[in-house]
Amino acid sequence: MHLLQGEKVTVAFGGLTAVSEVDFHVDKGEILGLIGPNGAGKTTLFNLISAAIPVKSGKITFKDTNITGKKPYQVTRLGIARTFQTVKIFGNLSVLDNVRLAALFGDPKRPSASQATKDAMELLEFVGLQKDPNSPARDLTLANQKRLEMARALAAKPELLLLDELMAGLNHTEVAEAMDDIRQVRDRGITIIMIEHVMKAIMSICDRIVVLNYGKKIAEGTPQEIANSKTVIEVYLGEECITGS
Amino acid sequence: MQDFLNIVIGGLLIGGIYSLISMGMSLQYGVAKVMNIAHGEFLMFGAFITFTLQEHGVNPLVSIIIIAPVTFIAGFILYRTVFTTIRVRADNQGVFEGNALLAAFGFYFILQNIGVLIWKSTPKSYAFLNSIWKLGGADIFQNRLVAAGFAIGLGILFYIYLSTTRSGKAIRAAAQDAPTAGLMGVNINFVLALCFGFGAAMAGVAGSLISICYGITTTMGLGYTLLAIVVVTLGGLGSIPGSFIGGFILGIIGTAVGYINHSSYTGLTVASYYVIFIILLLVRPKGLMGK
Amino acid sequence: MGLKKLFTAQAAIKWGIPLIILILVGVFPVFHSTYYQTLITFALMYMTLSVAWTIFSGTTGYISLASAAFYGIGIYASALFGEKMPFFLVILIGGAASFIFAFIIGAITLRLRGIFFSMFTFGLVLLAYQVLIWYELTIKNIRGYFVVIQSDNAIFYYLLGLFIITIIVSYVLKRSKYGLALSSIGENENASEHIGVNVTLVKILTFSLSAVFMGAAGAIMATKLSYIDPNIAFDPMISFSPALMATFGGMGNIYGPVIGSVIFYFIQDRLQTGPLQNYYKLIFGAVLVGTIMYMPSGIVGLIQKLQKRISGAKSAPITG
Repeated sequence: MHLLQGEKVTVAFGGLTAVSEVDFHVDKGEILGLIGPNGAGKTTLFNLISAAIPVKSGKITFKDTNITGKKPYQVTRLGIARTFQTVKIFGNLSVLDNVRLAALFGDPKRPSASQATKDAMELLEFVGLQKDPNSPARDLTLANQKRLEMARALAAKPELLLLDELMAGLNHTEVAEAMDDIRQVRDRGITIIMIEHVMKAIMSICDRIVVLNYGKKIAEGTPQEIANSKTVIEVYLGEECITGS
Repeated sequence: MQDFLNIVIGGLLIGGIYSLISMGMSLQYGVAKVMNIAHGEFLMFGAFITFTLQEHGVNPLVSIIIIAPVTFIAGFILYRTVFTTIRVRADNQGVFEGNALLAAFGFYFILQNIGVLIWKSTPKSYAFLNSIWKLGGADIFQNRLVAAGFAIGLGILFYIYLSTTRSGKAIRAAAQDAPTAGLMGVNINFVLALCFGFGAAMAGVAGSLISICYGITTTMGLGYTLLAIVVVTLGGLGSIPGSFIGGFILGIIGTAVGYINHSSYTGLTVASYYVIFIILLLVRPKGLMGK
Repeated sequence: MGLKKLFTAQAAIKWGIPLIILILVGVFPVFHSTYYQTLITFALMYMTLSVAWTIFSGTTGYISLASAAFYGIGIYASALFGEKMPFFLVILIGGAASFIFAFIIGAITLRLRGIFFSMFTFGLVLLAYQVLIWYELTIKNIRGYFVVIQSDNAIFYYLLGLFIITIIVSYVLKRSKYGLALSSIGENENASEHIGVNVTLVKILTFSLSAVFMGAAGAIMATKLSYIDPNIAFDPMISFSPALMATFGGMGNIYGPVIGSVIFYFIQDRLQTGPLQNYYKLIFGAVLVGTIMYMPSGIVGLIQKLQKRISGAKSAPITG
């Protein structure tokens, strides 16, 4: 049984089919990469999984439970958490409260207030933000805000974590740190799907990659297979990043 | 059959004016994202300025030439000063819309109070083109026909402006997606202020046209504002043609309700608009032609 | 968090001053004239409405203009049941009826964008007014109701009690995880839903909760007015005043709406009876616009900013 499985998932906005009959799956413990040119439907697919938007047709199952048609908070409590392409932290709340909130509401075990605070502090340490937990989240740098968003997602005790362009806007050092963070998350037993444009990261971390273009899945395989795939190279025409730069 | 004709024609005539008001609201809320509760107050000012000028011998239709630019400039300046400041200081779009709404209510109070101070609270009216035409069995007041004609004509003129001129296209771009339009080189601050100004001008002119046909009071504004909001929702947010069509629809509905209502209770029309609003929000918040 | 902390100077000021003021207000009626008692009664009413309003609108950012509707329901509860039931029960009915009504309204409209919610709530007051006028005119053929009067002292103390309860509930809610959830909804509703908050339910319940206090206040105040009709009961100004007072005072904490109400109500009272009474709405509107433009965090927010500038500390979050 796959941890997450999508069958012929489709959604359209007006006349534009953003995601078209996409089949996909993730197995427990995997790190799955989701790549494709801008507008290919990657974030839309995340939105479908996290139930931010409803599917037009198709089915998504998580641990054998049909999650199509559920609401986002239900999906989160079932064990799927995510980050966003444009960071959506709660700027006027404290760093600690951002994470505590997720622990209080997203954790299916419903921890007590003090337990939630403990869990939150532990996660802040994990991402390296434990120094100033009561400062407002909007004062953090972009890299730290992304770390905060990840800690917040992890506080919901997910089995599956969706990372949407975690590395966008980060410099080389920050990208290396982020890659390390992702590996550590996987070591905690959490399965990961990551949307990324930074090819270095995708190629080195992912066990498997799915490629989307114009809403359709055009390729799927190991990083090596994808790097050698003629279809993928054509789609990314001009990108020297595939071969790793 | 006679009644039906009266309702449809009467509805279309008042609908023409409703369309003008609603297009103005669509520009202000659909594009500039300001739910302008004071919209009706610009209408009231247009109506009363026309009335006052008319008392000094100025033909009401001529006074439109004065009112249009005056209200336009007022709206333009209002946006550039008040609403731009609010937009700059807001954390996110939701906060901006909320604050803009409250500020608009503030102007509703300010403008209405000024109106009452200048013109008092008693209803006013004057006679202009008062004769009735008989058109295919229906009775039509001449002034209503002229007013509707003006309103529709202005609507068509504005549509041509939107399709052909550079600034018109900029407005259409902003109506679809303001931030992107800004990224594409459109001077967004200027364009949004332009929209707000046009919206105010449409309200002012509509006020003039209304004063030609009906009695006016300094408290008339809010009713028309609410009507415009319903029409904009019906036509679809962000769709200026939608508001245009919606105005006629609501004109017919309102006239029909007025015909059916035999009690002395006059608020039924307003209540019917509100019921339409509720149904829209429940069933199809996107409206007829919204994105 | 031991007893030692309870006795620090800061805690003494934070709790002591309001407590002293409350006690002074409480014994007030014994010593002073009915004019001032009426004044403070109305001030308490506005304070209750503003704090109740802030519970929902101050946190989630959904600006409700339905306050007058819930207040009006409370007024009519008094009119309809005041003769047959004890005062206390009537107040409860007013609160409960408002809760139910708010729940229905919330369930319908809170899944829409904030701006539509605001317009819907605004129209609601006007609709309630029209429906009642039509009902009274055509079906019942009467004009308004007479309400059983209660003694001024009874009204005062009930209202004071309601105000205290509203404050306590507001405080407890804010410190709870639901208070945090409400703030997160105001920050980013989408993200809030994604971390496990049942946003729709939280919004509807909180909206309904705030309505309870408004309804109860209406039920109490009706007995002071003695005669009510739709004009009096569903006055749109009762929807605007709490919004303005809370915005003016600042919505970040409990003090804001209270301070805003007090200042505003006394200014309002001066304006409505003085030489400037014809300019009342003009000034009201101008203050509203000015506050939104230059003081969006209200007076309390302004004071907090000044405090920070003086002490040189880093900016403080609204929680913790």
